[in-house]
Amino acid sequence: MSTYTFPVEAGAVLLFSRAVGYPDSAYGDGTAGAPPTFTQSGAQFDPEFHLRPKYGEPWRGSGRTPSGLPIPATPGGGSLHAEQSYEYHRPVRVGDVLTAVQIPGKEWEKAGRRGGSLTFRETITEFRDATGELVVTARSVVVIPSKVVESPAEGGANGAPSAEGSAAVAQ
Amino acid sequence: MSPRTAAAGDLAVGDTVETVLTEDLTRTRLVMYAGASGDYNPLHTDDVYAREAAGYPGVFAHGMLTMGMTGKAVTDFVGDGDLLRYGVRFRSQVWPGDRLVATVTVTGITESAGRRIVELDVVTVNGDGVQVITGTAAAAVSA
Repeated sequence: MSTYTFPVEAGAVLLFSRAVGYPDSAYGDGTAGAPPTFTQSGAQFDPEFHLRPKYGEPWRGSGRTPSGLPIPATPGGGSLHAEQSYEYHRPVRVGDVLTAVQIPGKEWEKAGRRGGSLTFRETITEFRDATGELVVTARSVVVIPSKVVESPAEGGANGAPSAEGSAAVAQ
Repeated sequence: MSPRTAAAGDLAVGDTVETVLTEDLTRTRLVMYAGASGDYNPLHTDDVYAREAAGYPGVFAHGMLTMGMTGKAVTDFVGDGDLLRYGVRFRSQVWPGDRLVATVTVTGITESAGRRIVELDVVTVNGDGVQVITGTAAAAVSA
């Protein structure tokens, strides 16, 4: 769980809007706010975000080897994105400097369809503006399988196979 | 362009709109989303890694890309200025080459704190009709 500062920049909003399918006319002039899921890109500013290569650290990804790692990662560390939701308190605007605070939420378990159990873990991220006013509340639920079913090597997040039914596919 | 808001007079319970999000999802889109979102998980951009290190048939889309694309169907329908909530469950993986169609349906129009709120169901399916995400959204609309 981390706390970080996330400046809402016009270029970042434009690039994000293109990636999710908007024409440049939608968000290109910097006055129209941001697409509904834009706060995901706050991950760029999260020092602990684990799905970004970091200076001086090994990265999973093909290079000389398919995994990029000298030894296969330990299976079992995979988590899957199961749910995501947002509550909007006011529109996000270019120029906002948001502070993101991640708060651990509920945790619960369910039996997996192919044996083992699934642990669901909720994280709430509050995005507040410079005055402390709440702008967006994001809720994310990830699933962690208790065992990796028919898994090849894969460490870190989002790595477990899509073997546990609709509630748990790697996303 | 300023944030837009739909007018309540234009909406009724049961109204539904279907939006083709893509006819053919490309790997380039996955790369664009990785760069824009900061989620560089190689499962989404590195086919060698996805196949040979992780055992998948190949790269697949970030769930959040599908949610983001579906979000456009929502904002095209009700505007983005007064979106109150948007949430989904990820049901099935999305692959390069997939056709994706979002359906947004008005399930309720309510009054809250002097505002009119439109409640929406949101479903995106792939070319085989399989649901890839399902969820809901709500927006304030002008009277």
